[in-house]
Amino acid sequence: MIDIRVQTEPFDPGAELGAIEGGGAGAVASFTGLVRSDDGVTTLELEHYPGMTEAALRDLAEQAVARWSLSAATIVHRVGPMAPGERIVFVGTAAPHRQAALDACSFLIDRLKTEAPFWKRETRGDEARWVDARTSDDAAAQRWR
Amino acid sequence: MALDLLYFAWVREAVGTGQERVELPEGVTTISALVDWLAARGGGYAEAFAQPDRIRAAIDERFVPLDATIGSAREVALFPPVTGG
Repeated sequence: MIDIRVQTEPFDPGAELGAIEGGGAGAVASFTGLVRSDDGVTTLELEHYPGMTEAALRDLAEQAVARWSLSAATIVHRVGPMAPGERIVFVGTAAPHRQAALDACSFLIDRLKTEAPFWKRETRGDEARWVDARTSDDAAAQRWR
Repeated sequence: MALDLLYFAWVREAVGTGQERVELPEGVTTISALVDWLAARGGGYAEAFAQPDRIRAAIDERFVPLDATIGSAREVALFPPVTGG
């Protein structure tokens, strides 16, 4: 069971976790990304490529389900303006055993960062700038090859 | 042949539009050549495509390298390296 959503609305990680239990799963793992509030950012805005984004996330989820025999994989990614402390992204995985669920969850968030067409723009007061890609993200994605 | 071009993030802002339809001239057969052709328009295009190594591309919603052939693509997107998650 794969569930991919790209949405402006907030999401509830508890509800997402509950939804992927069952189906024979013995382990559920998740990652939630939040807008950091420690460096003066007042607004974070996410732009994406409608159509391609959903296809790219679905492709990653299908790879994870096949590689780790997942019973469920959920990816929820918000777009549009967000305030510090708000949730941006949720990845949830369900598998027979913990290592598969944990590895699949890491795989999905690492690969999502380099293989899904999202772009972040930070605003600090009156000043807005597009966030630069980080080479450490490339390295993290590479270790799942 | 008509080709839809999409731009995202700072590429979109520099170019001044998110989408346009173009007729590719003969000789513009790869993404690299397309980027050079757009840069030659000057203005915001020159600014957006001044450093091709900062540009990433997709053909019909699939990531491709800059040396990829455009072929019979319907849609090409040009954008900065992605920063989601």
